[in-house]
Amino acid sequence: MKFLFDSFESWKNHCLENDLPVYQPVIDYEIQQKGKKEEHIWDGMQRALDVMRDAVNSGLTKDMTSHSGMVNNGAKKVYKSEKHVLNKGFTDMISRALAAKEVNSCMGKVVAAPTAGASGIMPGVLATLQAEHGISDKKITECMLVSAGIGLIIERNAGIAGAVGGCQAETGTAAAMAAGAIVHAFEGSIDQIFNSVGITIQCMLGLICDPVAGLVEVPCIVRNASAAAIAHSSAQIAIADMDAVIPVDECVMAMGEVGQSMEDRYKETALGGLANTPTGRSIAKRVLIQDIEMLPDEDKDED
Amino acid sequence: MGERSSIFDMIGPVMIGPSSSHTAGVVRIGRAANRVLGGMPEEAEITFYNSFARTYEGHGSDRAILAGIMDFKTDDERIKKSLDIAKEKDLKYKFKSVGNASIYHPNTVKLILTRKNRTVEVIGESLGGGLINISKVNGFSANFSVNLHTLILTNDDQKGSIAFISNVLANDECNIATMSVSRKGKSDLACMVIEMDSPLNPISIEYIRHLKWVHEVVYIPNIDL
Repeated sequence: MKFLFDSFESWKNHCLENDLPVYQPVIDYEIQQKGKKEEHIWDGMQRALDVMRDAVNSGLTKDMTSHSGMVNNGAKKVYKSEKHVLNKGFTDMISRALAAKEVNSCMGKVVAAPTAGASGIMPGVLATLQAEHGISDKKITECMLVSAGIGLIIERNAGIAGAVGGCQAETGTAAAMAAGAIVHAFEGSIDQIFNSVGITIQCMLGLICDPVAGLVEVPCIVRNASAAAIAHSSAQIAIADMDAVIPVDECVMAMGEVGQSMEDRYKETALGGLANTPTGRSIAKRVLIQDIEMLPDEDKDED
Repeated sequence: MGERSSIFDMIGPVMIGPSSSHTAGVVRIGRAANRVLGGMPEEAEITFYNSFARTYEGHGSDRAILAGIMDFKTDDERIKKSLDIAKEKDLKYKFKSVGNASIYHPNTVKLILTRKNRTVEVIGESLGGGLINISKVNGFSANFSVNLHTLILTNDDQKGSIAFISNVLANDECNIATMSVSRKGKSDLACMVIEMDSPLNPISIEYIRHLKWVHEVVYIPNIDL
């Protein structure tokens, strides 16, 4: 029977009816829809994990400065900090998410998960699961399959592009994918995994996409760190069976509705929010070429 | 969006940053346009629309589209330097910006590419996460993703042409995934854009190319994205 990732409820029912582990329908989907072989799917996830870990390591060791100057080795500063507001594990986790995202901002190699603007969240979370809990690559790739399934449903029912749904669609989806991965790594139930997704969406709902100067730097990098933190808090809440009250599919619906009604200036256009602050505008003026001609809409004239 | 996403669109693509929609997706649109043209152009006029219009430079979309036009992959480290590489390869390029084009998707780019006196116009949409849709080719509606095998035919608008072509594909055991058919006008030029799950035999492509009522055939095997 074909399962197409239209909703979380149907994913759960499909697993229960066919007695499948939560990641198995994700593999079946890719084999049926894309003609892939199962071994290639596992290999592909392993390669993605390798690139994610490389990005974390690069960001924590190599020089990370961007053309605009807004990225200036921030992850390393946090990583080397001697003060820990919570504990060293938390500081390290935040640093890893920042590190991978800084590599992205500096035109380095990353895994878009689901998008490049959110490419620090999954690496930060997965590398932390391995560092703190010694979880094997095999188990982590299982977790990544669960994350992929979560992404497929959110993409279908709400959207994953900042230009379509705001930051909630990018870092929100990544955080939801990461929360599900954490719960699966801790052998959580399907209900707990999906609850962590719903709780994460509740926490990320409404976040606008307002990149300063249109660059994927500020506030994208710090939001990757906060989204990784929210993934952990959601996973912690879900794994203790605290009820999300609103079912996960309805949370996704809400995200779609909020995204649709968001004004264009909050959708990656760099016209609102932090991009439209005095400092944001002056940075834009400094780092971007200003002689971009805004032509009249030629296609309207033709019609 | 006809085709369903891959799990490697959710965990992937592996790409050069900073933006999946403004960098990786744009590289893919450029690669698709390269295939429609049949190689690297000598000249490229690139128009960025809507969300792209103001931010294309900040996201490196200008470097990304040129990299794609030169057929670099999304994880190619040369993307960062593609403006210089294009100059070395004598690829003349020009960028334009258009805002408020409400008929287009928020992230749309139009390419007018010229190679050996042949010019093609390709309009691509970057859907997020590196996913793309080529919405138009030479003014005809297209709607393909380059994830499958794509056949683009320009032909006379005449009775039975769709049935004929689908029969040729069926004989090659090609399952049609999506199909867009449009025409300039009645009994005028028509265009079929067909996405297939499996590749078409070279001999079948040649056969279609030699049909009297077929003007042009472009075949794009799935790009290893």
